[in-house]
Parts: sequence; structure tokens; C-alpha cells
Amino acid sequence: MLSSKRILTSAWGPIITGAVVGILAPILTAKGNPGNMGICVACFNRDIAGALGLHRAALVQYIRPEIPGFILGAFAAALVFGEFKPRCGSAPIVRFFLGVFAMIGALIFLGCPWRAYLRLTGGDWNAIWGITGLISGVLIGIAFLKFGFSLGRNRPSAWPVGIIAVLIAIGLLLFQVYTPLLGRDPNGQPTGPIFSSKEGPGSMHAPLVISLAVGFGIGFLAQRSRFCTVGAIRDFVLLRDPHLLYGILALIVTAFATNLMLGQFRPGFVDQPISHTNGFMNFGGMVLAGLAFTLAGGCPGRQVFLSGEGDGDAALFVLGMIVGAGFAHNFSFASSPKGPGAFSLWALAIGLMFCIGLGFTMREVEGIGGRS
Amino acid sequence: MSEVFTVDARGLSCPEPVILTKQAMKNKDVNRIDVLVDSGASRDNVVRAAERAGWTVQTEELPGFEFRLKMSR
Repeated sequence: MLSSKRILTSAWGPIITGAVVGILAPILTAKGNPGNMGICVACFNRDIAGALGLHRAALVQYIRPEIPGFILGAFAAALVFGEFKPRCGSAPIVRFFLGVFAMIGALIFLGCPWRAYLRLTGGDWNAIWGITGLISGVLIGIAFLKFGFSLGRNRPSAWPVGIIAVLIAIGLLLFQVYTPLLGRDPNGQPTGPIFSSKEGPGSMHAPLVISLAVGFGIGFLAQRSRFCTVGAIRDFVLLRDPHLLYGILALIVTAFATNLMLGQFRPGFVDQPISHTNGFMNFGGMVLAGLAFTLAGGCPGRQVFLSGEGDGDAALFVLGMIVGAGFAHNFSFASSPKGPGAFSLWALAIGLMFCIGLGFTMREVEGIGGRS
Repeated sequence: MSEVFTVDARGLSCPEPVILTKQAMKNKDVNRIDVLVDSGASRDNVVRAAERAGWTVQTEELPGFEFRLKMSR
């Protein structure tokens, strides 16, 4: 019999986490989050980027409490179980740009791996192209890992390295609650620094307390169970280890059932919420995202949870995602429900060249500063 | 007495600790492997991979949240 303390680190951990995500994400949609977007780590970071004024897409600006909830939940779990460990120094600048390009890829598809699975369970068949692309991107990443790809080692660090992500999470929640409007537009009306969508996806959200509580709970479970939507595919293919994959299957089964019960299952390709029908770009965007996540060692959710347990490199990846969202919208890389952005194809090509270039060149370098 | 092969996987991202461990397990002349890891996720992943391959693993906790995973065939 497994003790309650150890059940989350057992083979059941990812299954429990996946099932909880699969039930709660569609409920968040029913409570107000955008369609098939109960949880989307990419979209939510994009909305946060917009709320902070890093892009000017007025429809997607909102400080999503789920993301700070993820960080704080993971932080709490790491503290409770003695796993909080400040560390950094594994190719930080590279990880930042992997975050940038992972976000650009995800925004070409319109969703991270979490949302790809959730879109599928809501009947959005365009997600099939995205998931196929995701698997392809992970497979390319696996090939590089097999040939010795490594971002090198991190090192234990002083505590501020581990705590900055937690402070950012608290700061975001304060901004969310108080929404300061300190600026003035040319007409003298209050504006910024925190922007909030009046219409569109950014205006659709579950109540703050519910979003925060769900984010915190999932962050706690996922830190403990190492839930990872990219590691699931990677470990199954590379290591023949299905235990994370069972978590994804649990997510898909429970999300499908919950969507059916809530009347949110609407099968088809056309007119799906925050989704476009360009199969090639849905596929290509997720090839880029899947490759970038694999090279960085985990899906966007996992990067957020690692930030909460003290991993400064993962925190930089997440900051890269937020900055990448700014670029994605300002440079017309991101898609919209009408289709890919004007320069999506360029961004895809540059992103793939960047990641493939890293795949061939990043190796562990031994020498002064290495561990003895 | 057989020699102990040491894999230092400290500071490496997923899934590198498991890849290095699997490479070491492939060597038929090696019957004892010590894997050094410094995160709970790496510890769990290496232990799982080793046990699936039929090895027995003893976990020794070291200072600074590091672990020595003593594996034997």
C-alpha cells in the first residue's frame, strides 16, 4: 500500500495529475475561460505578456492567475517535500531563446501541448495536425539527444536564484488584483501599465479565486508527479517508459468525458474556438514548439513548475516565452482564428533553423567550472 | 570484487541522466554502477529505468540534496 506521501511520485502520480487537469480544465472553460482553453500555458503567458503591455493585441490581454498559481503550487510542494533547490547556469541564454521560439511555434498553432490535447477532447480536429506536429518535433529532439545534445549542467545557486520566479508570481497576482492604471493616453484617460481586454479571449476568464486555486492545486500535484506533456512522448519513444504517457491518456479520457457532460464537445474542423484550419501551419508550428520543448527538457507547464522549485534556467525559459509572445504578436508571427499571421512562415523557418542548429552544436563542455 | 562505474549526472536536464545510465547498463562487463544525481525527478527516473532493466538500486542521500544511486545487476 502506497502512503499518501509517496503516491504522487509513484506510477500513479502522472495519472492522478492528468485526470485532475482533464476534469478541471473543461470546468474552467465552463466557468468563463475561452473555448477549449481551460488551461493553455502558451496562451496564458501570451495574455500575461499583453496585460504587461509587451504586445498590442488588444484581444489577448489578461493576467491569467493560473500561471502564478502553477508557480506557487509547485513552490509549496517543493517546500513541503524538501525539493526546493535554487540552481541555474545550464546555457541560460539558449534556454531563453528556446522559450521565445517554443512560444512562437505554439502561437502559430494557437496552443501549447496542454491545449492541443484539450482542443482534441473538445472536438477540434485541427488539433490532430498540431499533435502530429508535436510528436514529430519531439522525435527530432530525441534524435539530437541520442547523438549527444546537451545544454550542459546547472549548478546549485544562492537562494535568490530560486525565489525570483516566486516573487514574479506574487507580483503578477498583485497586478491582477489592483490593475494599476498609472499612465495617461493623449485624451487624458487612464491607461497601463496593466492592460485588460474589453472583448475577445482576454476578456473571457473564470473568477480569479477559482483560476488561482486550480492553478495552485495543479502546480502542487505536477511538481510532485513530474507531469510533463512533452516528456510523455519523449520517454515513451526514447526510454520505452510509458508512465508519463499514462498521465496524458488520463487527461484525454477525463477531459473528453467532462467536455461531453458539460456540452462542450463540438466535433469538426471549422469554426472551432480560437483555432484556424490551416493544417500545414498547425503541424509546422507544433513541430517547432515540440522540438524547442524537447531541447529544453520539458513542456511549458513543466518549465513553469521547475521555476517554482528553484530552477532559474526554467524561469528564464518561461520569461523567454513571455517575451516571445510579445514578438509573436508585434511581428505578425502569431496566428489568429482567420489563419496564420503575415510572417508566420518566416518565423517558423527561422525558429526551426535555430533549434536544428542548436541540436547539432550544443554539447557538454568539460573544463574549469565543471563539477568535480 | 568488481569495479564500480560512476555516472555523474548532477545538473543535467531530463532525460540526460537516464540516457547516461542506460549507456552504462549496456556494458556487459559492468555489474556495479553509481549514479550521482541532484534532483528528485532525476533520482526517480534513474531508479525507475534501472529497476525496469532488472537492476537493484540502493539510494544514499548525500549532503546538498544530492543522491548516490548504487545500482547492481
